[in-house]
This record gives sequence, C-alpha cells and structure tokens, in this order.
Amino acid sequence: MTDTNMTAAPRSQWWDVWDQFKTHKGAVMGLGFLIFITLFCMLGPVVWDVDPGKLNIRNKNLRPIINALWDADAKVAWANPMGTDNLGRDIMANIMQGGRISLAVGWTAMVLALLIGTTIGVLAGYFRRFDGLLMRFTDLVLALPLLPLLLVMMLLFRDPLRAAFGPEQGIFILIVTGIGITSWMQTARIVRGDVMALKEREFVLAARSIGTPARRMITRHLLPNVLSPIMVSATLGLATAIITESALSFLGLGFPSDFPTWGKILFDSVDRMTSFPERVIWPGLAISLTVLSVNYIGDGLRDALDPRIRGL
Amino acid sequence: MKIKTALMGAVASLALAPMAFADAHEGERGRHGQLNIIYWQAPSILNPYLSGGTKDLESASMIVEPLARYNETGALVPYLAEEIPTVANGGVSEDLTSITWKLKSGLLWSDGSAVTSADVVFTAAYCMDPEGGCAQLSKFDGVENVEAIDDLTVKVTFDSAKPNPYGPFAGAQSPIIQAAQFADCMGAKAPECTDANFGPIGTGPFVVTDFRTNDVIQMAANENYRVEGQPAFATVTFKGGGDATAAGRAVMETGEFDYAWNMQLAPDVLASMAEGGVGTPISAFGTLVERLEMNLTNPSSDLPEGERSTVMHPHPFLSEFDVRHALSMAIDRELLVEVGYGQAGRPTCNLVPGPEIYASTDNTGCLTQDIEGAKALLEGAGWVDSNGDGIREKDGVELRILYQTSTNAVRQDFQALIKEWWGEIGVETELRNLDASVFFGGDPGSPDTFQKFYADVEMYANNFDGTDPQAYLSMYRCGNEPKPSSQWQGENINRFCDPAYDALIDELGATADIGARGDLMRRMNDMLTKNTMTIVPLVDRGRVSAKANTLGGVVLNTWDSELWNVAEWYRTGN
Repeated sequence: MTDTNMTAAPRSQWWDVWDQFKTHKGAVMGLGFLIFITLFCMLGPVVWDVDPGKLNIRNKNLRPIINALWDADAKVAWANPMGTDNLGRDIMANIMQGGRISLAVGWTAMVLALLIGTTIGVLAGYFRRFDGLLMRFTDLVLALPLLPLLLVMMLLFRDPLRAAFGPEQGIFILIVTGIGITSWMQTARIVRGDVMALKEREFVLAARSIGTPARRMITRHLLPNVLSPIMVSATLGLATAIITESALSFLGLGFPSDFPTWGKILFDSVDRMTSFPERVIWPGLAISLTVLSVNYIGDGLRDALDPRIRGL
Repeated sequence: MKIKTALMGAVASLALAPMAFADAHEGERGRHGQLNIIYWQAPSILNPYLSGGTKDLESASMIVEPLARYNETGALVPYLAEEIPTVANGGVSEDLTSITWKLKSGLLWSDGSAVTSADVVFTAAYCMDPEGGCAQLSKFDGVENVEAIDDLTVKVTFDSAKPNPYGPFAGAQSPIIQAAQFADCMGAKAPECTDANFGPIGTGPFVVTDFRTNDVIQMAANENYRVEGQPAFATVTFKGGGDATAAGRAVMETGEFDYAWNMQLAPDVLASMAEGGVGTPISAFGTLVERLEMNLTNPSSDLPEGERSTVMHPHPFLSEFDVRHALSMAIDRELLVEVGYGQAGRPTCNLVPGPEIYASTDNTGCLTQDIEGAKALLEGAGWVDSNGDGIREKDGVELRILYQTSTNAVRQDFQALIKEWWGEIGVETELRNLDASVFFGGDPGSPDTFQKFYADVEMYANNFDGTDPQAYLSMYRCGNEPKPSSQWQGENINRFCDPAYDALIDELGATADIGARGDLMRRMNDMLTKNTMTIVPLVDRGRVSAKANTLGGVVLNTWDSELWNVAEWYRTGN
C-alpha cells in the first residue's frame, strides 16, 4: 500500500482541490457560466461590432428575435437579436458593454475590499496589541454611510480625476475605490474571529513551538484555514459591488448616462417593463446569474479547499 | 334580439343626434343628471385661502368664483364682474395705482342672499388679516386699501404703480367668499371654522352637499346660479385619491368617471389607455418650457474657484453666436417630443410660449432640423476639423461640450439624442446627470447646482406663475447672474448681459397697455432666443387630462382652474 503511493505520479495539492471541485456540479456550472459571460463581454464586441451608443430612431422598440417564434407580427430584426431600446440602441451591444463595466467594477471593488478586510482581520486577530485599535477603526468605518461619503468623494475628487484619467476612467477609479473602502468591514470581522479561534488550536501551538515566525504562521497556517469565510464574503462582495454601482449610477453619482452598465440598463427599462419585459430580463438575468455562479464557485471552492471535507 | 336592439339603438341615436347636439348646450338646469370627476389627489379643504394645493383650489373653483377668470388663451374674462377694468375704460387709474371693479347686478349666493361689494371688501380683509396665514397673500401683494364705493363697486388701491393690477380677485386663487358666513373666522380663527371651510357658500354652479376630507365631495346644482339653464348636471361626485394610472383607466378604459385630472404618464402608456375607447386624453399648454441653457462664461476647472463660470472669463466658444446657432439647428425638436412627451409636449422656439397675447408667433426657425446648415455655419465661422479626429476646432480650441441635467428618464433620452446630433456636426459631448435634489437644491457649497453651472450646456424646465411674464423676463438683467458675491444665487443662469435688453425691462415696468406690453415681451423673448440663442427652447410641456367621450364643453385651461367652465359642461348625444 505504502509503496504504490510512493511510486504514483507526484500530485500537487491543487490537483486534489480541482478533483474535489469537479464533484460539485453547481460549482462547475457556475464556473462555466462565469467563463462564458466573461468571454461574452470581453470578446463579444470584437465579433458583434455594433456601437452600443448608436441611436437608430427608426428601429426603436424592436423585440428580441425569438419573439417571432410565437408572434408573427412582432417587430424584429436579425440585425438586433436582443431587440432595441426606446431610442433604437442595440440591446445586445449594450449588454456586452455594460457587462464589461459591471464585471470590472465588481471584481476590482471586491478584490480591493478583500485585501483590506483580510489584512485588517488577520492583523487584529493575530496581534493582540493591534486588536483594539483596528476593531475600533472598523466600527468607525461601519458607521460611515456609503452614499454621503461617496457624495463628498465625488465633490472632492471628480474634477481632478476627470482631468487626469478622462470622464470614464476617472469615475471608474472613484467608484471602485468608494465601494472597496466601504465594504471590507464584514470580511475583517469574520476573519478576525476565525483567526482568534485558530490561534489557540494545537497545530498553531505546535508550529509556534518549533519557532515559526509570524508571517509564516499567517501565510502557512492561518490564511488557508480562513479561506472559506473569505471566499464566501468574496462572492457576497462581488454581488454587492455590482448592485451598489447600479444604485450610484441611478443617483447620478456614477457613470455618465450614455455609459451603459447592467444596473443602469435595468433601471432605464423598468418604466416600460409591462410592454417590453425582455429589456428587464436580459440585464436582470446577467446580474443574477453572474452573482449566483460566483456564489456556487465560492461554495465549491470552500468544500474543495477544506482538507477535512476533501476526499469524502 | 341583441343585434336588433343594437340596430334600433343605432337608428334612434342617428335620428336623435342632431337634436341631442342642439339640446346639449341649452335646456333646463340639471337635465343631464350625474357627473363624476376624479382627482388622484384628494381635496382636503374647500377654502382656497387656507390651502395652496391645486386639488383644493380646483375643487373649490366649482363652488366659489372670483370677479374674473383667465380663459384658455390666458385672457381675462369677467365672471362676477360686469367687465374687465382697463386704463382705456377708466377702470384702472392713469397712474396705475388703483383699479375699480363693478359687480354684475342681481347676483345671489347659493343661500339666496345678495352678493354685494361688502363681500369683496371682506374677502380682502380676510386674506390680509395679519394674524391669519392666508395661502394666497401674494395675490394681494402691494394692496394698500380695498373700499366699497357703492353696493356693486369696489376700488382697490395699491401702494405703487402696478402695470398688472389683476392680482386680487382674479383667477382660481382669489375667489370671493361670503362675508356673512366667514365673519367670525378672521385671522387666527380661520382654520377653526370647519363648517365654512368644508362647505363654503358660493356663487359657482354647484353647492356642497357632503364633504368627506381627503376622500369625496358630493355636490348639487346651485339653484341660484346666475346663468339660466346651467349647470347641465344636477349632481356631481368629486372623488379624490389613487394615482394617475388608476384615474386614467377609470376614465378611458372603464368609463366609471367622466373627467380625470393631470395624467402624468408616459406617452405610450397614455396611448394604450386611450385605445379603451371610452375616453380621450386632452392637452393644453402653459408656460413650462424644457430648454438648453448656454453658458456664456468659462466653466473650465483650470480656473481658480470663484472665477469659474463668472463674467470674468467669457466662454471659449459658446460666446460665439454661430456656435450656439449651429447647436440649435442640429436638434430635431419633433423627435424629442415624440420620444419624451407625446401629447403632453410640442416643439417650441419660444421662451414665453403663452399666453397668446404675449407669445411670439414668427419665431419658428428652429422647428426644422438642419444638420447640413449647421455644418456650413460652423465651417463659415472658421470651425473646421483640421486634425481629422471628428471634432471641429479653431485656434486650438476644440468644440467639446459638457452637457448636464438632472436625473430623469426622459432627460437622459434627450441627452443621448442631442449628443448624437451634435456629434454629426462635429461637436463632442460629454454627458452628466445629477440628482435632482442636488441640481435644483441651490446649495452654494455644491459644485453641481444649476446656478453654479460648472458645465457648458445644461437642460431643465422652467415656467412663470400666472399669465404675466414680466418678472420672468426680468431675470436676464445684467448683474442678476449667480456669482460668488451673491452666494451663487441669481436667476440669470446664462450670465446674459445686454444693455439694450435691460432698457426693455425698464420700459416694460412702466407700460400698462396690454398690446404694448405684448410687443415688448415678444421683442425680449426674441432677443434671448432666436437673436442670440442664449436660451435654446426645446419643448413646450403641457398638461394632459382625460375626459369621457360623452362629456361635452370641456375646455382645458392651464391659466386657471381646469374646472373653470364646469357650468358649461354637458352630456353629448346618447
């Protein structure tokens, strides 16, 4: 028994993780969808070369092409497979362009929030002397309301950022930073709690007794063990970031109105929801499926990364 | 059987139609039975002096009447007065400091007592009581004294010359109330007189029989109404509450009500309701104009704070008339109306689109879109695209515009369309939309208010109160612009300054004759719009209400109560 194990091809730990991950059907489907939607938004505009902002008032209010299946009189055109909006803009091109922005905002803001949250959580949990200070700081930021804070940030930084990076890049940086620095607190608290519990466990004690320095302790023993809560907050964070961005666009604090994002397309379509339900359904589907798939991936990763579950 | 009945009905109605039509306008009082009106905001009081709400003013206008009302063209027509006093007929004094109204003789209150000048004098005293909180006090602005000359004559004296002396006792906001009923309700006691406030005795076509606050008013025809044979309806149910959609459905789809007020609905929603076939939307236009404001000063963020958008720095390219003109020419106003307002809007080139006596009629040049003309105009003025990036420039200045407005679905559609058109003539546009409460908030600390105007072009709608645009046109005086020294308050948003225009403002302040005033106002309107393109009007936004197809005599009026001529309404045909 021992011999066969020794002679088998060397397997890294990540292969085991992948094998375990594959057994989670939802996670695999989620990963598939996430890759699909990312490619759709990234490479879509290369294939589907239509300017999302191009107005074509004669072709306004076209229905999606599938409507022709059950309604022969539906106003459809092959040039606009998902239909057009009330000003004749192509909805598919808008979903692609909007997806680029929404996904970019979501991922960047989430990564930023995770970095800040994990750093603060681990520091506060591991080093007792930082705990009080950092946690009070977390409480302080928790008490800050997001919208007024962003309003102030807009006032102070909009014009300089616009001058330095142009209207779209400038707002992107502002929004991502705004969302990132106001949504790391839950992660920090969860990570701190877990780190504090882990710190008292025997294997940490053992590691400490052989003289492991703090940075090794954190990267080698603590972080892998708090990965699952971090994953869960990451998935929640991505969803929140996409939704916060659309709320900001709605209030006029976000991107300019001719700059589509999923949230904005959704918001713009609500007025005519009864006559043109597809305009709400397309961006709504995109947002919810993306969030759902990230949730499933998080779930699968959590299981796969946990050595106690892996192999069951 | 059914078909037979239907056919017989059709034949009968055909035969009766000419007769019914003749009948409809005249006949005995109360001949057409019941009228149902729905306002989706419910009236809470029937005394217009204690409420500024439109719903309260309009419901009360069926019961109490002023001396004169504005008709659908914005002209005054006598109601309780014999005629409209003017300088020409001697009713207004030469120095414009007093006006003398004469009541019709034989007027009766709904309780049968006579209407006298004492009631008019009492009405003024009631509203001007220093202890009372009269909601319409501004109508009595500058009134020094109101006295009864005889039983039917009242003289109002002002503390200074009033070119427009028709504030008191004209329009739905200042009707005459009965002295006998309100005698004990002066000053601080006004809100305590529940019976009087909920059921005023009036001279109007209807009297209140039952008033349930914030719900429903039952009314019956006034037996003492001054016109024989009016009103045509014996009873009225005035229902309040709900929302615009429900009210629209009730009139146009189900037919439960005959008249619904203020259909603030998207044009396609309204059109689909009208397909119900029971009622039709009707529209009328007031003075609300959606416009583009051109910034004549430089809003660049390179300038130090306190100098941005002030008269110290003229705008690098919008100070040039040809550029402003070209921007206006590139806009297709018909399409904007179709996209945004439907029946509730019409294209306009005028800042003062009404009333008819003041509106400029030959200012229609902007109504047709002319992209090629705009290109030629810019070309001729030296604005050419020399570096091939699609944007025209001259002397190193590129035509890049920051175009801001408040957050609103229709406005964002307008922005997208206008950006597209300006792109076609070689002008690049950056759009910005701001939260309405910030944009219109007027906070001097915020850079995003419409007064501060830290953008090249901005879009919003504005109108003037009442029928006289004097104050409205006087806003564009030199020095009246928002600026740091005035805490960014001021109404001359464009920073427009022309001594010739100021001279016209002064002349207007000293002119009383309606015709001469109209001429002056038209000249001022043209100076701001077609002659300088400082203000680029887009859409004249009107009001839409809905009426049942069987209801006749309705004339939608934006200058007075919508129910101003309810006495003349009737049931048509079948």
